[in-house]
Amino acid sequence: MRVCATIEVGAPPAAVWELITDPSRYLHFMAGVTRWEVADDSAPGLGARYRMLMRVGSAEVGGLIEVVEFDEDCDLAWTSVTGIDQRGRWRLRALDSGRTHVELRLAYGVAGSGILGWLAEQVGAPTVRGHLRRSLQQLKRQVEHEQLRRQAAERRAQREVSAAGPSPAGGASDRS
Amino acid sequence: MIDAVSATATSRNGHSTNPVGDGRLQRDERTVIQSLAGLPGRFARGLADQAMQRVPPADLDERDPDYIREALPGMWLLSSLWFRGEVRGLGNIPEEGPVLLVGNHSGGNLSPDTTVFTLAFSAYFGVERRFYQLAHNLVLSMPGLGFLRRFGTVAASPANAEKALRSGAAVLVYPGGDHEVHRPSWQGGRVDFAGRKGFLRLALEHDVPIVPVVSIGGQETALFLSRGESLSKLLGLDRMLRLKVLPISLALPWGVNVGDFLGHLPLPAKITIEALPPIRLRDEFGPEPDVDEAYDHVIRMMQETLDALAAERRLPVIG
Repeated sequence: MRVCATIEVGAPPAAVWELITDPSRYLHFMAGVTRWEVADDSAPGLGARYRMLMRVGSAEVGGLIEVVEFDEDCDLAWTSVTGIDQRGRWRLRALDSGRTHVELRLAYGVAGSGILGWLAEQVGAPTVRGHLRRSLQQLKRQVEHEQLRRQAAERRAQREVSAAGPSPAGGASDRS
Repeated sequence: MIDAVSATATSRNGHSTNPVGDGRLQRDERTVIQSLAGLPGRFARGLADQAMQRVPPADLDERDPDYIREALPGMWLLSSLWFRGEVRGLGNIPEEGPVLLVGNHSGGNLSPDTTVFTLAFSAYFGVERRFYQLAHNLVLSMPGLGFLRRFGTVAASPANAEKALRSGAAVLVYPGGDHEVHRPSWQGGRVDFAGRKGFLRLALEHDVPIVPVVSIGGQETALFLSRGESLSKLLGLDRMLRLKVLPISLALPWGVNVGDFLGHLPLPAKITIEALPPIRLRDEFGPEPDVDEAYDHVIRMMQETLDALAAERRLPVIG
């Protein structure tokens, strides 16, 4: 079963990329995810492994995953090593005026589980789709909020610089 | 479904080591069985034969991770749609190493607790983590239930429990066993191990943590009326099958259900399970823990949790 959710974020791809490559922040924006931890000491990138779980119905499903594609500011894909079969992908595409089209895909299932497996995939799909949709909404809020703060901080810094004016050397640093 | 008994119930060591002489025992059984007329008699005799002849050996290798993995979606459907299962506190279970999971047991012979918990445990830790459940010999002897061995169900005995723990596995035991699983529905909110403390000796002997696993809802899958202990004694089932109970309930599709040997269609009661923080007996009770004190502690912890879970429920079955 493959589910997908998309959203448009008012920030450049680099800002979104920063969030989705930081495993310590997944629990803050991924809905339904109860665990997302680094499985070994490797840095984020190709081959990094994480242990993730998502609550669907009466169980927390997931397992060990490995990053198999790491194309900066563009694509991040993973596949399962243990647990249910899954393949996920973040797909970031730059839009005009510094915005980003974000797509989150998740294909999942249990090979060999037959008709009951197929049925379980169908039954679980609305929940998974809902998790993905809410995750993207939370991601958008966080990224845009950070973007806003970053811009505000830049404006503040500019104001401080202009308020200090072309004063004698050392004036600005005295104020701070 | 899984009806485990106290793992080290030394007074109930199984048929071959029954303190009564084998010859006398067989004569008694024959007399009792012959006194049963008609179909019930034949059925009881069949069960006795099954239990006596087909007690499966505890081969830990019979657990099949691939089989479990492929069965998980079906279990997930049953657990999510029918029982609306909710399992909390799995993070309390140590990530690795042997651990003794001690549960209260509910729901008759088709206990939904075990299905819901096995699914949750296997999904959470992965099927690669060794996980065994101790079950009554009779459950594993029942025709058609052989698949349970592939899930890691082994016959309850001190030797099997020891073997499983030594392999580094998580082992689930229900000390209350048949006594607790058939308690009347109105006692659904009570943890009742019938004073069986074998699990504590097991944990001490192997120095493994105990994780209490408390569940609620199983006793609402039918209207359990009585354990039928007197009836079981009268029919000699306690000696023949190690069954101290012959439960009587109102259950689908039978109406009045005596024995629950064929199981029943469980009502879709909401099952909530909570795993508590691990209890390391020697850390909490010193190098030589008092078994009675530890038993009281475990029961108290579980009862308090069960009370809290019961307080959350607004309506029977619906949850």
